[in-house]
Amino acid sequence: MNKEVDLKGKKVKLSQHVKIGEKNKMNQTYTDVSDMFAAKGAPSFLTGSEIIRDAVKVASVDISVAYPITPQSEAAALIGELFAEGYLLDYFRGESEFAVMGQCAGAAFGGARVFTTTAGPGTLRAMENFPMWAGSRLPIQVVVTCRGVNSPLSIQPDTLEMAYLLETGMLVWHAETAQDLYDFILAGFMVSEQPDVHLPLANCCDGFFVTHTKDTVNKAPEDLCLPPYDPYKSPVPCMDMECPPVRMMRDPFIMKSNYISYATHASWQQEVKAAVERSRKHTIAILGGLIETENVDREILIVSSGTAVSQGREAIRLLEAEGIKVGLVKIKTIRPFPYEEILEATANAKHIFVPEFNMAGWMAREIKALIPNNERVYEGPRVAGGMTMPSEVIAEEIKKHLGL
Amino acid sequence: MSKDKIQICEDLADIMPPEYQDLVEDATYGDQDRGWKDVGSSKELIEQHSLCAGCPESIAFRYVLASLPAPEDTVFVGSTGCTSLVFPHVAVQNIHSLFGNQNAIASGLHRALKVRFPDKVKDVVVLAGDGATVDIGLDMTLQSWFRQEKFTTICFDNELYANTGGQESGLMQKGFVSKMAPVGKLFDKVRLPEIARESGCHYVACLTVSKPNRVEKALKNAILVAREFGPTFIQLYTPCILEIGKQSMEGLDEMKDAESIGGRFVYKEYATDDVKKFLKEKDDEAKARKKAKKSAKA
Repeated sequence: MNKEVDLKGKKVKLSQHVKIGEKNKMNQTYTDVSDMFAAKGAPSFLTGSEIIRDAVKVASVDISVAYPITPQSEAAALIGELFAEGYLLDYFRGESEFAVMGQCAGAAFGGARVFTTTAGPGTLRAMENFPMWAGSRLPIQVVVTCRGVNSPLSIQPDTLEMAYLLETGMLVWHAETAQDLYDFILAGFMVSEQPDVHLPLANCCDGFFVTHTKDTVNKAPEDLCLPPYDPYKSPVPCMDMECPPVRMMRDPFIMKSNYISYATHASWQQEVKAAVERSRKHTIAILGGLIETENVDREILIVSSGTAVSQGREAIRLLEAEGIKVGLVKIKTIRPFPYEEILEATANAKHIFVPEFNMAGWMAREIKALIPNNERVYEGPRVAGGMTMPSEVIAEEIKKHLGL
Repeated sequence: MSKDKIQICEDLADIMPPEYQDLVEDATYGDQDRGWKDVGSSKELIEQHSLCAGCPESIAFRYVLASLPAPEDTVFVGSTGCTSLVFPHVAVQNIHSLFGNQNAIASGLHRALKVRFPDKVKDVVVLAGDGATVDIGLDMTLQSWFRQEKFTTICFDNELYANTGGQESGLMQKGFVSKMAPVGKLFDKVRLPEIARESGCHYVACLTVSKPNRVEKALKNAILVAREFGPTFIQLYTPCILEIGKQSMEGLDEMKDAESIGGRFVYKEYATDDVKKFLKEKDDEAKARKKAKKSAKA
């Protein structure tokens, strides 16, 4: 169990890079992410795609590879404009998501900080790469703007693809708002590049709801930027022939049928899982926790992630007007899953509602598998295929289920 | 990376394995004229291999690694297949990621090394089998050539999927009966050298590994041209003696047959006029170095 961290009056440092305080060629000063967050200015009113661009602009990203797929195309193209302005060292369009994720891997193997975006069917086409990224300990960040993956063809918001990402060995975070997305992108690089983590991060958000709507976001000043990536702090060697090669590949690739081989593969999978868990302390330090809670002493709770939380919050306001008191748990990191935090937050709840933007109900499954007396969990309401989830629907569902 | 970086701590020198001692004292790192003739006398980048006895791929590996102009600054990208059984033994950094994405990995890698080391030459070399290059990875092979990515692609062509037990591949010859081609392969061997030329490769060579001189020359040409001009491609016939029913000692004869007049691997080389001129200059420089060395000895 992670001890509660009191951030008040404490200064969290996520980087000791020697270049902190120096300027880059774009006249931005390398600054620790906590200082960047502390220096946030007045709110801007921007779309989610523009927020992705603005976060990348101050993230000291070296290389980004792009491919068109709705709803991430705009963000990917805006990052191209940053490259044209000189904020990135390289940028190009790949030929498919499978290739793009390979190109990102190559760049990360070569010691670059790498950022990309994808969505829906693109995430699934790229899927073979994600466990390879994690197994190779490449701290690539991909923003996943979730959309439908099924046939008939859909481009509408749907969070089903996140279910596929859960066992890849990547860190998986879920942003509720544009502000979350901005903070998660910057904090994400710092957490995933820690030597004891050093894993890829899928920074998920709900397509259209977050990417194509305007929202107010407090951003760090653009003359600050994250400290650069230091590939020599990686727990595995950087593939740049700057350290003597050993006669063993960095990948645990042993094609033998013997106990040593099995043990190597098993222990490496355990190590990746352990590294996911080790990210908790860094994430808690910079994001203040893996979950956020409101009134969890109440008997009825809404527990979810992404924009389902926003709708849940509105439903709580509607129910409050009718005298029904409901608490809220917002889950920010899906991997690592906040086991202890959710156990604690749901300890007194008698009814737990899990609204979701997908038909699978993967979030409800995660919670049911975790908490005792899981008949307390009501799986829903759920919408999919691009439907909105009006707060009235959540409120009605809660009342109906409880016979109110 | 300078060869000076490869040092053994003096206190531990006597307990280090002989291969590390050799790597420090007797490696050919830093000698741009290193070549296949160093095999056996200087420390090689590969010691043992884990392929079948007599496998032509194992000797191809030795020639390729012995001929690299700058192994101290070369990173290999491999793919799944028999080559991936050898790479764990190779004393050059190498990446295995997935089956077929080798040219995508190399594209990202070369770009990262270019932006991180703008003033240094860092060679990226892809070495993969024919299944990886032509079948599952063809899209990424071609797209890296279209984009003019500056690295060399080597295809070890054994005309089938050897590692999985001899299944049909796109580079298999028409009519050959194999697993997954139970009535014989129904279409022609894919003409990859011609495709490479039309796709933007500045230097293309197709040959067997029966003649080490030729392999060395083609490899050096390909890497030097990739540094200056853009993508280059070498296709090497490395027959899978196991899957075509040959004995361990018959690999060389198989290659000699395949490269004789009318065979599938008659020596083929394409280069643009600019590249030909460039290679002539490089040849003259190498000859001058050789002459100077000789006269210095005398």
